Amino acid sequence: MPYEPKSDARPLDARQICLRLGAIGAIVLFSGAAFAYVGGWLDPNRLTPDRVVDALETNSGVHAGYRRNHAKGVCVAGHFESSGAAHALSMAAVFAPGDTQVIGRLALPGGNPYAPDSSVPIRSFALQFTSPNGEQWRTGMNSMPVFPLATPQAFYDQQVAARPDPQTHKPDPQRMKAFFGAHPEAEAFLRWVRTAKPSASYATESYYGLNAFYFVDSEGKRHPVRWRLVPEGAAAAPAAQPQHDANYLQADLEQRLATGPLRWHLWVTLGQADDSTNDATKQWPDDRPAVDAGTVVITSSASQDEGPCRDVNYDPTILPRGIAISDDPLLPARSAAYAASYERRTSEGPPHNTMSSSPSNQSEHAQ
Amino acid sequence: MSLSAYSKASSPAHFSLFARTLHWLMAAGIIAMLFIGVGMVASVSERHQWLIQIHKPLGVALLVLVCLRLVRRLAGGVPTLPLDIPSWQRLAALGSHILLYVLMFAMPLIGWAMVSAGGYPVTVGSWQLPAIAPTNAALFAWLRGAHRYLAFLLFATVLLHLAAALFHGWIRRDGVLASMVRGR
Repeated sequence: MPYEPKSDARPLDARQICLRLGAIGAIVLFSGAAFAYVGGWLDPNRLTPDRVVDALETNSGVHAGYRRNHAKGVCVAGHFESSGAAHALSMAAVFAPGDTQVIGRLALPGGNPYAPDSSVPIRSFALQFTSPNGEQWRTGMNSMPVFPLATPQAFYDQQVAARPDPQTHKPDPQRMKAFFGAHPEAEAFLRWVRTAKPSASYATESYYGLNAFYFVDSEGKRHPVRWRLVPEGAAAAPAAQPQHDANYLQADLEQRLATGPLRWHLWVTLGQADDSTNDATKQWPDDRPAVDAGTVVITSSASQDEGPCRDVNYDPTILPRGIAISDDPLLPARSAAYAASYERRTSEGPPHNTMSSSPSNQSEHAQ
Repeated sequence: MSLSAYSKASSPAHFSLFARTLHWLMAAGIIAMLFIGVGMVASVSERHQWLIQIHKPLGVALLVLVCLRLVRRLAGGVPTLPLDIPSWQRLAALGSHILLYVLMFAMPLIGWAMVSAGGYPVTVGSWQLPAIAPTNAALFAWLRGAHRYLAFLLFATVLLHLAAALFHGWIRRDGVLASMVRGR
């Protein structure tokens, strides 16, 4: 049934029509502006995931298909043998006694997929545990016990401060000094890094989860935790020697795996009520109790250009029921920035190692 | 969707209370969803986490609602437009409504498929949904782009829909807006 024309509606004069059209236009414009504001397009200073990734790209260049940070690495696979000891703290299926499949990635920090292995004294280990019920636990760990900075803004500012000088292609030491002068929270990290040597092996390193999380037990009780991987029976990490080439870590890994699996114990440290959960620059006191949750057993490795870790975004907020994020501000920032990096690299297609045809094993001296 | 949605056959005089409730629930949900989506991908703060925790269940709720709504529309029809509406506006109304329905289905399904293709577990609140697409990075990238640009298209279409509704209500005053606001 068609609408009946409204007989009581008096015709509008031209001025009224203009006013009403103007009001409609204003509503549409206001809505569009609100959308743009929320989307961060009106505020060039807002720290967004894309700006974090832009800063990483500015410093390291764009290497199509590669991660924007921890760009150089190698895929590994194996399983986690849970001891069952952490199951009382977390109801996650991964901590029940038994094995869980893992896909991991050992890597170097930085955005350059061709960086020499001795260019940084830090190595990283990312893991994805997949339980038979489909739940996943993804975690990215580093070989230093603390993160230099506590907030995403400070991390971004560090990237800006570390922007390579166009002449020297290295960060300006003055600017870095000024940056760390303004960030006393980095002291624990700087103390560690002063004595840290680029290890000659991924296998002999401990890897720290850095951020605090909560384990949630079957009664819903939340326990503040931090975790780390400690290598089993490995000699103290040797420093890389001058005879090592730029890619010694992957060769070392393959050599070790040829003789048998590599094992790390997953130690879970329990925080106390007043231990801060929002500051990755500080460790908890040494006397906090720790639980040996089980053993990560790595049995194989594969190139990151084709291996099973290539398409995995090791977002540390992908957690099973039984693990929850803490109030550490780095965690949502990692999730958001990793997502931006993942979108960029997957839309570029698989990585093409442009160095593989050129000899990359020229002698490269460790510091 | 039936192309005869605007024919005189079987068209009711006004939208039922059920149809209006669905419309306004979804209007609020879709606008919230668009702002949540654009806000969460532009944030590195804890807002990023809790907005995602709203985005996924709200997306599933909107997918359920649009299924109900399509059934209601196909079964119950819609009031015809006033007879004096120019044919290009009639066509624009039909086209924009088809586009709105397509996007209301596409957005949650693409979001779900995108999470699946990225190899992520599809967790919605405390539920785990099945993957609806194979784990494939290229597919993920394509769906991720589609989710973004179709969201922009949906927002633009919603604004056009809003402007047209206000044009009917404030300038033509022909009862079209009233049919969804008051049911007559």
